[in-house]
Amino acid sequence: MENLYDILLRDVRFEEGLKACMNCGVCTAICPAAEFYNFDPRKIVDLVQSRDNDEIIELLKSDSIWYCGECMSCKTRCPRGNAPGLVIMALRGLSQDMGYFVESEKGRQQLAIKRTIGEWILSTGYCVYLDGISVAMHPEQGPVWEWVQDNKAELLERMGGNYKGDGPGILRKIPDETLDELRKIFEVTGGLKRYEKIEAASRKKAREMDLDLGEGIDNEYFRHIYKTNNGTHTR
Amino acid sequence: MKQEGKKAIWSEYQKEIANDKYFYVRSCIRQNFFPGSEVAFLRIMREVLWKDVYEHPCHTTCSGIGYHGDVVPVDTAMTVVARQFALMTEAGYKNYVPSCITSFGLYTEIIEIWHHFPDVEERTRLQLKKATGREFEVPENLAHASDVIYKFRKEIAAKAKYKLVNKNTGEPLKVVDHIGCHYAKMFPSKGVGGAEYPYVLAGMVEEWGGEVIDYPERRHCCGFGFRQYLVQANRGFSVACSKEKFESMKPFKPDMIITNCPGCPMFLDRWQYVINEMEGKRYGKNNEGIPVFTYEEVAGLVLGFDPWDLGLQMHQTDCEPVLQKMGIEYDPDDKYRLDIRKSNQISPDLVNVRTR
Repeated sequence: MENLYDILLRDVRFEEGLKACMNCGVCTAICPAAEFYNFDPRKIVDLVQSRDNDEIIELLKSDSIWYCGECMSCKTRCPRGNAPGLVIMALRGLSQDMGYFVESEKGRQQLAIKRTIGEWILSTGYCVYLDGISVAMHPEQGPVWEWVQDNKAELLERMGGNYKGDGPGILRKIPDETLDELRKIFEVTGGLKRYEKIEAASRKKAREMDLDLGEGIDNEYFRHIYKTNNGTHTR
Repeated sequence: MKQEGKKAIWSEYQKEIANDKYFYVRSCIRQNFFPGSEVAFLRIMREVLWKDVYEHPCHTTCSGIGYHGDVVPVDTAMTVVARQFALMTEAGYKNYVPSCITSFGLYTEIIEIWHHFPDVEERTRLQLKKATGREFEVPENLAHASDVIYKFRKEIAAKAKYKLVNKNTGEPLKVVDHIGCHYAKMFPSKGVGGAEYPYVLAGMVEEWGGEVIDYPERRHCCGFGFRQYLVQANRGFSVACSKEKFESMKPFKPDMIITNCPGCPMFLDRWQYVINEMEGKRYGKNNEGIPVFTYEEVAGLVLGFDPWDLGLQMHQTDCEPVLQKMGIEYDPDDKYRLDIRKSNQISPDLVNVRTR
C-alpha cells in the first residue's frame, strides 16, 4: 500500500495547511471544538507530520478527525501559517476514500450528510432545501419553523420569493439543464465517486452492525448514525 | 479613543469593494431561513441606491456546505465555483457578490489556491470545459453582500427613517456584532478590519446610531461547525458554542445582535429558544431573548421597511423589543398574516433619482 502521507501530499489543502508544525499548541488554545470535545488539533498535526503510516491509519479510523467544526480559527492564529483545519479536511477526504470512516461513530455520520446535503445538491441545486428540513429532524428550530413548514408556499410568496418558480429569485426551481451540468461536474471531478464510496462502505458496515440500510433516510442505519451519541466524546 | 498597534493598522486598512455592476449569487441557507433579507438587499441596491445587480437564474449552490460537510471533494467544489464564474463571465460582469459567508470563504479559498497553484486552476478549467463546455474569468472584485452594504452605509444613513437609538432614553442601542468565521479568519485581508478587528458590521452600527459591544467571546464561532449541526447527535457542540457567547455578552446588556453569516443568525436565534426550553434561561433585558438580525434586516429597519416585509416573523426569538425601542411603527396583527401580497414598492423619498 502506498504511504498515506504521500497520498495526503497530493491534496492541495494539505500542502497549503501544513509546513513544519513546532507544536506550540496555539491552534488547540483557540479551537472551539477542543473546548468541547476530547480533541486536540496540535496532536493530530504532530501525529501526521511523524509520517507513521500505522498511526495515520488508526487516526483515519478514529473519532478524532471528526470533531473539528472547520471554523478555521486555527488558521488565523498559527504563527507558522499552518491550517490544522485544512489538514483535517484532507484527512477526512482520505478516510472516506479508504473506507476507514465507518470504523468510528462520528465518521459513520458521513452517510447522513451525503444522503441529505449531498443528495440535495444534485436533486435541487441547493445545499439546504426547505422541503427537507423537517420539524422532526430539527426540533431545535422551534414552533416558528412548524409555522414556516405548514405555510411555506404562501409564506415564500408573501416574502417576495419564487418558490419552485421559473426564472431568478428565492428558492426558484433550478432548471433541469443546470442540474444536468452539476451532475456532470460531479462525475468528471470525482464527486460521484466519493458518494459511491460513502454508500458502499456504509452498506458493508450496516450489515456488520445488523442494521437495515435502505434508500433515503427512513431506515435503521440512517436513524442510528444520525442520533447515536455514546457520550464518550466530550470532556 | 486613540487606537494603537495592530488595531490602528487594521482601522486604516480598507478592502477594495466595487462601486456598481454586481453579479449576485444567493445563499442556500438564507433563502430558506431569511428570504426577506435577500429581498431587502436587492431592493436597497436597485431601488434605493440604483445600482446594477444581476442575478442569473441558472446559478446554483456553491456546494460549500457539502464541501465543509466533507462529502464534496475539493476538485468538485472548485469546478462548481468555476461554473458560477462562467455564468458571470457570460453575462458580462466582473464584480462577484455572494450573499453567503460560507460561499465567500470558499470563493476566496479557491481563488487563493488557483493563485498559488496555477496547475490546479488549469485542471479546473479543463474539468469545467469537459463537464459543461463553459469557460470562465476569475472575478476582478469579490465582495460579500455585507461589504457592499458597508460601502454604502453613509448613503443609507442619509435616508434613514429610524436610528439604532432608544427613542425613550436617547441612548444608542447596544449592539453585538457577529461576523462569522469564514468572513475573515481564513484570509484576514479579504475582510473589512480583518479577523481580529472586524469592522464590516460595526461600521454599519456606528453609522446608523448604535454602539458596538466589545465582549470577550466576540470572535468565537456561533457553533455551526457544519457536521456539528447537520447531524442531530452532534448538536450539543453547536448549542454549547452559542451559549458560551451568550454568557459572555450578557453582562454588557446587549439590546440586539447583528450578524453576517447565513447560519449564524439562525443559530444565535434558535439556540436561545433551546436554552430557554432546557434551562429556563434568557439572556436579554427583562427576561426577554436578545433579538438577532441580519445586516439587511437592520438596514431595512433603518430605512423604514415594514418589519414583516423583512421577514422578522420568521425569527424564533421575538424582535419586537428592538422595534419598540427604535420607535418603529408596525402593526402587530400583520405579523403572521399570509394574505398580504408584497407590493415591491418602497417609499418614493428613498429612491435615489439623482443617480438614476
